[in-house]
Amino acid sequence: MSSTQVESASRVPSSLTQVRVTMKYTFLDYFRSRRFFILLAIVLLISAALTIVIGYYRPPGLLSSDLSFYSSWWGISAVLLTALFGIFFGGDAISGEFQNRTGYFSLSHPVRRSSVYIGKWLAAFLASSIILVVFTAVTLGNGVYYFGSSLPYQFGEAVLFTWFYLVAVLGSTFFFSSLFKTSSYAILVTAVLFLFAFNLIQLLVANFAQIEPWFILTYGSQIIGNVLMAQYPAHITTANGFGERTFTSYNATIPEGLAIIAAYFIVTAILGLVLFERKEFT
Amino acid sequence: MSTKRKLNEPSIQAVGLTKRYGSFTALDSLNLNIEGSKCVGFLGPNGAGKTTTLKLFTDLIRATSGEALVNGVNVHTRKKKALESVGTLIETPEIYPSLTPREALSMVAETRGVPAVERKTRIEEAVSEVRMDEWVDKRVGKFSKGMKQRINIAAALLSDPRIFLLDEPSTGLDPRGMSEVRDIVKSLKGKQRLIFMSSHLLSEVTDICDEVAMIDHGKLLVYDTLSNVTSRFSGGENVVEVGFLRPIDGGVNGRIAAGVPGVTSAERVDDRNLRIRFSGGASTQERLLSYLVGMNLGVISYKPASSALEDVYLSLIKDTK
Repeated sequence: MSSTQVESASRVPSSLTQVRVTMKYTFLDYFRSRRFFILLAIVLLISAALTIVIGYYRPPGLLSSDLSFYSSWWGISAVLLTALFGIFFGGDAISGEFQNRTGYFSLSHPVRRSSVYIGKWLAAFLASSIILVVFTAVTLGNGVYYFGSSLPYQFGEAVLFTWFYLVAVLGSTFFFSSLFKTSSYAILVTAVLFLFAFNLIQLLVANFAQIEPWFILTYGSQIIGNVLMAQYPAHITTANGFGERTFTSYNATIPEGLAIIAAYFIVTAILGLVLFERKEFT
Repeated sequence: MSTKRKLNEPSIQAVGLTKRYGSFTALDSLNLNIEGSKCVGFLGPNGAGKTTTLKLFTDLIRATSGEALVNGVNVHTRKKKALESVGTLIETPEIYPSLTPREALSMVAETRGVPAVERKTRIEEAVSEVRMDEWVDKRVGKFSKGMKQRINIAAALLSDPRIFLLDEPSTGLDPRGMSEVRDIVKSLKGKQRLIFMSSHLLSEVTDICDEVAMIDHGKLLVYDTLSNVTSRFSGGENVVEVGFLRPIDGGVNGRIAAGVPGVTSAERVDDRNLRIRFSGGASTQERLLSYLVGMNLGVISYKPASSALEDVYLSLIKDTK
């Protein structure tokens, strides 16, 4: 500090500390919010429905092996739930700072915008992780009930991939949230993309243009379900369709899926941060 | 106004500060240098550029050109350094609804680096200052706008900064709340703070500010002491309002006008207040005060008339249309 600068009463902490502070209080806000309990209720509802249906009907195909069980339970639900976490916790995380005017409270202090962005992202990750832990626990409870405590290593891989996918989903939803100042637009775009558009584009690109959809995040997320299959599906398969038409389907390999997920996180995190840094409180 | 910064004096400085939105110029080459412990009222009609200026000083928006400096530090390029000794209240911020005032203020205290051992006391003091003690552990989501504004004011006070940037701090408050905010700002003046405060309330500015800056269409119209502004734009005349402890009779105003050279008129506002116009600056003021005290009517207040500032305001704003 130069001699002409005024001494401050408090010493402003490092950006890392400010990230932790933002994370702590944003998480507290999430943890007490209606959205957290709605998501928890959805997860418990899905878990209860699966538990009851499997327990009552005991479908032989699903209970034929532990892998088959985990594949049906986790492989189908985890990707959808992760998308919901992104929509619920990421959709308005940044746009809400503008629309709800909370940014005037959190950003008019000696704090970098990047610290607030990262802190909020970590809070969303933590809140999502708690709910994902609940789902994992219910899945494991059922798995242990039917197949004992010996877990297939593929389930561990699938859980890890899901958490990695969550990182990318939240990165992407924070990016879309930074694009808009209106929360409803941000949430709508995120929901449409993750629940419909990505899957539709993936289908059209693969089947009609016959191009591998390596640029779609949900394509990368296929590894979560695929890793739980008895035999990992082939990268490219072709089948004859109507008339002369041949359909090609693609399955991301594990390294490819991980690379797609990582790339989505890195690119969207950088873009989201840049957008948030440049956005003005007008 | 002084042009050279004094050692260790709090200061804010706008250097050619300009903000454009497309073809609309919200702020046009603002040059303003405020330093020292004082309260500066920032006046102007809606859309004049007051909030834009304050947002530029807190890096909530970026300048098209020019610089906003706090204690000589550029707010945009070194925000953490520039705002470390600044308490802000811009527009009416919303607080995360699930948090209580104690938690929201803890967040601010931790962000600003208030030492852990002092946090609890500081928060309780700040909450007490804005009369929100009994609400400190209730969730903010259920608060009225006025209650939230009180917490926002507490947040600005929390780290005991040397500079305050306040954007219409009385907004949303009831008359009692407005009066309390005025008392808080007055007490800050007593603690040697620099307060830069936008307001629509001319009486508020007259009551608590030492200096006034007026802006319209993004251009600074005037920045000077309150008395200089009112005298400069009212033909060299000052207007003061004098309050008396005891009722005054109908002849008092005539005696003052006749008895004090320089007094051009003395008008009875009611049976305990007079509005006196005078020219001749400080020497007339001294004679006038001596005369008033000598009348043994119990002078209890002597302040520049808010109507004088209103006259200047209306005249300057009208001129720029």
